[in-house]
This record gives sequence, structure tokens and C-alpha cells, in this order.
Amino acid sequence: MSSASAPAPQAPAPPPDASPVVALHGVSLGFDGPPVLEDITFTVKPAETRVLLGPAGVGKSVLLKLIIGLLRPLEGSVELFGEEISHMPEQKLFALRSRAGMVFQEGALFDSISVRDNVAYQLIQERVPDQQIDARVHEALSFVGLEETFSLYPPSLSGGMRRRVAIARALIHNPDLILYDSPTGGLDPVTSATIIELIVKQRDVHATPSLLVTHRLQDAFTLCTHHYSPEHGCMIPYPHGESHPNTTFLMLDEGHLIFDGSLDEILLTKNSFVREFLA
Amino acid sequence: MATNRIDRTAKNIVLTVQDYSLFASRAFLNLFRPPIYWTDFLIQSEIIGFGSVPIVILTGFFTGGVLALQSAATLSAFGATAVTGRLVSLTMIRELGAVLTGIMVSGRNASSIASELGSMVVTEQIDAMRALGVDPMRKLVTPRIFSCIAMLLFLTIIANAFGIAGGAAVTVFLNHQNGTQYFHEAYESLHYADIIQGLVKPLFFGYILGSIGCFYGMRTTGGTEGVGRSTISAVVNSSVLMIAVDFLITHVMLSIFPT
Repeated sequence: MSSASAPAPQAPAPPPDASPVVALHGVSLGFDGPPVLEDITFTVKPAETRVLLGPAGVGKSVLLKLIIGLLRPLEGSVELFGEEISHMPEQKLFALRSRAGMVFQEGALFDSISVRDNVAYQLIQERVPDQQIDARVHEALSFVGLEETFSLYPPSLSGGMRRRVAIARALIHNPDLILYDSPTGGLDPVTSATIIELIVKQRDVHATPSLLVTHRLQDAFTLCTHHYSPEHGCMIPYPHGESHPNTTFLMLDEGHLIFDGSLDEILLTKNSFVREFLA
Repeated sequence: MATNRIDRTAKNIVLTVQDYSLFASRAFLNLFRPPIYWTDFLIQSEIIGFGSVPIVILTGFFTGGVLALQSAATLSAFGATAVTGRLVSLTMIRELGAVLTGIMVSGRNASSIASELGSMVVTEQIDAMRALGVDPMRKLVTPRIFSCIAMLLFLTIIANAFGIAGGAAVTVFLNHQNGTQYFHEAYESLHYADIIQGLVKPLFFGYILGSIGCFYGMRTTGGTEGVGRSTISAVVNSSVLMIAVDFLITHVMLSIFPT
């Protein structure tokens, strides 16, 4: 990460009438007890990055799983790529899910196969020729700076490397949506910064809509206040007072969505829980 | 309080049976709908089948040996030790070969399937697979179940062969009887109905051990402790169910092929 400041590039703004990539309306969910999520409504528009904040255990990861149909809501509707998926049969969901990339909390790499096969998992299922697979895996691994791990197995990688391989796996298919589930959780600050830089790079280079779950404020603010500079080959901060216009915040508390707005709005909010969380 | 607990337990049992029935039937039907993961089927067949050969050989051989020892001791009272071969071959082929192979392979493979899939569930690898657009039922469950069915059939044949060989070894070297007579009796007493009965059972047992191993693995909750619980449930339930189903199959077979 560089500390140099540079003029902010023009972020690709979504068309005002663009239909959302993800839309949740009044979604509730519970498991044999009090509801985990209640009446959640928000959208993710094309080219938009939404940062979902909240303390541990409030249902952030559950919300991500709802978005790609790994869990079904008890009430409300979930739209993914314009299709209502709450009651969609699992077989139809597979095709829709393959358009999205998801980075799981601990990486969720398949331990018994190599990094190459992990990253190329989707391509292998689609029977893409081996030569093409190798080229695309090298490209994806070089994006996350881990080309040397091509033939290694996940158990021999560090926690940070596993997350980066998981990012490469999510990106290899050029997804139309990326969901990051606490990609920096439990990592040291340097590794966390590397991963946030990858997320910023993906956002600014490919303008892929994304939803990032985190409870680390520093990561959330870095996403807003930095952009990727192809000239420098790294992320650099926006000039003072500026932030990425398409990166906005959501905050969950006890299953309720208590905040939905921009960086400026979250800094000026009067909500006591948000203020306490930011303090 | 006690009534509530009984009520809850009964509901849980009914729900588990219902979930298992749906799970097992879905896995079975997947074999007739593409995509079919033949490579995974072959890999699992190697792990389940080839890997189980040593324990099946040892179990079969010593069971045949014990049968020969016990039966010769009893038969000698009637001067009928000559039919030891008949007793060993019929018992092995009709009953013990299939049941013992099923239980041994269940101990080895239902446990490994449940723990492998359970670990994948608790580390979110199953969710990752679903998120990548791949159906874990087709990719993981169906190949394992059908490998168990196919391999248990061959393993049972091996167990039967080594059981008869074990009986022969005891008859010749410990009981000092005629080996030719043993094999003649063993062969002459067999009918096609006996062989059919012995080879139908492993098909059911393979399905039971594969589907129960996968079922408990896929519904694992509660981290590594949960993986341990799933493994125990898979071995215990598959072994008990195999013996119960063995009773039913034997009953049906005896009504179809009366002795």
C-alpha cells in the first residue's frame, strides 16, 4: 500500500435506472429460536460496493448465504440478477450461483486438491481444456500475487494465502457479483491490507458489484478512502475529503438493518449504536 | 417433562427417517440424470473397494476357519464330519460372507465417508461447492453410494472364497480330514438360489452403508465434535440397519427359493 495521494479517478457510476444485482425485501430468517434476521431490505446495484458492518454474531454471514440461495428466508424475497430465488429449486440455483463469486470466512478451499484445481474448480466442471485452465489459473493467481502456489496444496498455505487463493477462485470466472465474507478476519494488519488492496483493485479495474462483510472498521474505511492506481500498481488514498462514490455502508444489529448510507452519512449519523461501533 | 422428552425424541426419529428416505432416494435417482461424475466413482471405488480387500480377506478366512472348527466339533458326535465343507460354504455364501463383509466395510468406510463429508460441511467446503454451482449430492454422494454397492458385491465374493479356503485349511491341517472331500461337499451342496441370495444382499448392504455414511456426514453440525458424533452414528446405524435388512431379505429369499 502506498501513502501517496493522487487525483481521484472517475469511478464508473451505475446508470440511475439500472436494475439491482441483488435486492432483498423484508427478509427474515431464524433457526429454532429467536430470529437471526428481521425485515432486511436493501439493494446492490451494478458497479456498487456495499460494506456490511456489525459486531460478531449478528447474522452477517447468514445474510450473504441468503443472497446466493445457500439458505432460504422464512419471509420476504431475495432477488439475484433480477430473479426471485427464495423458492427457486436448487437445480436452477446452481446456474445462477455460478455467475457469482463468494469468498468464505476461512477460505473454504478443498483440502484434498491442489491450489490449481481449487482455483479452476468451476472450469474443470465445465470441461474447459487443460491448457486454457492453466493459463487462466496463472492469471488469477498472479492477480492475487500467489503464482508460486500453483502446485501446492491448501494445508501448506498460511491463513492469508488461503484467503487470497479463495479470492482467485471467486474471480477466475469473471463473476457478475462478488460476496466477501470477512476476508480479513483473524489476519495480521499487513496481510489484511494486502487483501483489501485486492478487493479495491477488483472494484476499480473490473467494476464488479460486491458485498463485503466485515467487523473491522479500518478495512471498511480503507475501501472507501482508497482507489487502485494502475500507474502506481497499488492502491492509493483519495485526496482529503473525497471517497469512492459507489462504496456505501450497511450496518446490522441484533438481526435488524440499522444503517444504509454513504461514508459521510455514517460519520454524521445520530444512531447511538452506530456511533458506539465507530468510536 | 418425561412425556415432552419422549415426544421430542419420537419426532426427531420420524424426521430423521423422513430426511434419510428423501436423501437416499435423491442420491439413487441422480444416477440416471446427468451430469454423472464417473471419475469420482472410480476414485471412490479404488478407496472403498481396493482399500478394503485386506480386512475382507482376513475376516473371511478366519470366519471360515472358525466355522470349520466349531462345526467339526459338533458333527463328529454324529459321525458326520464329512459334511463340514457343505456347512462352511452354505453358511459363508448365504449369510456370513455378505453380513461380515458389510459390517467390516461399514466400520472402515461408513466412518470415513461420514467424517470426510462432515469435515467438509463444518469447514464450509460443501457451501463453497454449492456456491461454485456444483451439486454436492451428485459430485460427492452419488459416486460414493454406487461405489459402495459395486465394491461390496466383489468384496463379498472375495470373503466367500477366502472363507471356504479358511475352512479348508482348518479341515486339512487341524482336523486332518480329506481336502478333496471338503471341496466336493462345498461345491455339490451349492445351488443357484444360494448364490443369488448371497449376492443380492451386498447390493442392499452397499446402498445402506454408502447412503447412511453420506447422510450423517452431510448433516453434521457442531464443529469437530459434531464430526465425531456423525461418524459414530454412521457406523452404528448402518451396521444395525444392515442386520435388520438381512433378516428381511433372508425371509423374502426363502419364500422365493424354498430350501
